[in-house]
Amino acid sequence: MIRGALVREWQVLLRAKGAVINPLAFLLLTTMLFVIAAPDAITTATDEASAVAPGVLWTLVLLTQLLALDSMYRRDFDSGVLEQTLVSAQVPFVTVLIRIFMQWLSTGFIMACLGPVLGVMLGLSSQALPATALALLLGTPALSLLGSVGASVTVGFNRGGVILALLVLPLFLPTLVFGADMVMAAQAGRSVMPQVYALSLISLVALALAPFATLAGLKISLEMQ
Amino acid sequence: MLGASLKRLWHKLGSPRWFFSLTTRWVTFFGWSAAVLLLWGAIWGLAYAPADYQQGNSFRIMYVHVPAAMLAQSLYIGMGVAGFIGLVWRMKLTDVAISACLPLGMVITALALFSGSVWGRPTWVSWWEWDGRTVSTLVLFFLYVGIYALREAIAEAKLRARASALIAMVGTVNIPIIKYSVEWWNTLHQPASFGLTQKPAMPSEMWLPLLVMVLGFYCFAGFIVLLRMRSEILQREMNARWVGDWITGRGAP
Repeated sequence: MIRGALVREWQVLLRAKGAVINPLAFLLLTTMLFVIAAPDAITTATDEASAVAPGVLWTLVLLTQLLALDSMYRRDFDSGVLEQTLVSAQVPFVTVLIRIFMQWLSTGFIMACLGPVLGVMLGLSSQALPATALALLLGTPALSLLGSVGASVTVGFNRGGVILALLVLPLFLPTLVFGADMVMAAQAGRSVMPQVYALSLISLVALALAPFATLAGLKISLEMQ
Repeated sequence: MLGASLKRLWHKLGSPRWFFSLTTRWVTFFGWSAAVLLLWGAIWGLAYAPADYQQGNSFRIMYVHVPAAMLAQSLYIGMGVAGFIGLVWRMKLTDVAISACLPLGMVITALALFSGSVWGRPTWVSWWEWDGRTVSTLVLFFLYVGIYALREAIAEAKLRARASALIAMVGTVNIPIIKYSVEWWNTLHQPASFGLTQKPAMPSEMWLPLLVMVLGFYCFAGFIVLLRMRSEILQREMNARWVGDWITGRGAP
C-alpha cells in the first residue's frame, strides 16, 4: 500500500513538471530582482560577510514555498482523487505523509540543492555556502509540513492564496529566524550547531503534529465541496 | 460523587440554553467587577502611584500596556483550548466562544501594540523598535488576522467552526516556539544602547495598581466575551422555543 502510494506520487511529480519548475523559476527571478533593485547591498567580494543576503535568501525561499503550497492538494481535490484516496486508504495518515514528503522533495529539497547558487548570486561569503544548503535541508521540511496544514484548510476556496499566506507565514517565522541566523553564523565563522539543533527540532515537532492536522483539514475541505 | 457531578457539568456545558441561563448573573458580576476594578486601578495608578525615578510619568502607560499584552495572549490560548474541546467533543458552544474571543483579542492585541508604541516614544526614543516582545505580539496579531480571514471565507457554519478550531489549535501550539525563536533573534540583534532590560525592582505602590488593572482587564474580557457569546447563542438558537419564551417574557431560559 505504501509502495503503491509512493509510486503514484512519484509519477504525478514526474508528469507535472511545471509544478516543480515554476516555483524554482520564481525563486531565481525574485533573487535577480532583489540584486538589481539593491546592487549596493550585494558585496561581490565573496570573502566579505553580507549582512542582508541570509535574510533575503530565506525570505525568498519562504515566498517560493508559499507559491508552491497553493497547488499542493488542488488538482487531486478538484478531480476527486483526494476523496477516493482518503476513503480507501487503510492508513490515511501515511497517504498524507507521502504527499507532504513529495511536496518537500519537489520544492524544499531542490531549493536546498540550489542554496549555494542563490548564495553566490546574493554575494554570500564562500565559507557560508555549505551551511546555507544544510540550513535549507533542515528547515524546509517544517515549511512543507506546516504549509500543508494551511493548504489543506484552504484547498476548497476559490481564491485561497492570500488566506493561505495569512495563515501560514506567521508559522514560518521560527524557521526563518534560525535558518537566516545559521547562515549568518557560518559567515562569521561561528559554530552553527545551536541552529542545527533548533531547525531539526522545529522540523521534527512539525513532523509529529502536522500530518494529523492536515488530515483534519482535508476532511473539513472535502465536506465543504 | 465529585467526578459524577463534574461530568454532569461538562455535559451541561454543551447545551447553549443551560449556558445562557447560567451566565445571566455572571455577566452582571463581571461587568460591575470590571467597572470597579478598572476605575480603581486607573485612579490609583495614574494619580497616586509614585513616578518612576528614570522614566518619570511615562511609565504609567504600563497600567494599560501590561494587562493588554497579557490578555492578548490569554485570549488566543483560550481560543486554542476552545478549538481543541470543540474538535474532540464536538460542542456547539466552543465555536460561539471562538467567535466571541476573536474580535476582542484582535482589538486588545492592537491596543497592546499601540500602547507599547506610545510608551516606546519617550523611553526608547522611537515609535517602533524591532524588539523581541514587540515582534511576538505583532505575530500574535497576524495569527488573529489569519483566523479572522478564514472565518470570513467559509460560509457554512459547521465547517467554519471546525476549520477555525483547527487553525486556532495549530497557532496555540506554535506560540511558544515563535516566542522562543523571536527571543533568540532579539538577543542577537537588539541595539544595546537603550532599553528596558534593567528595570528597577518595583515598589508595591507601583505594582499593586497594576495587579488591580490586570484583574480589571480580565473581568472586562469576561464581560465582553460572555455578552457576545450570549447574543451569538440567541442568534443561533433563534428558532428554539426557549428563546421565544425568554424574549416575550413567558419563561426563563
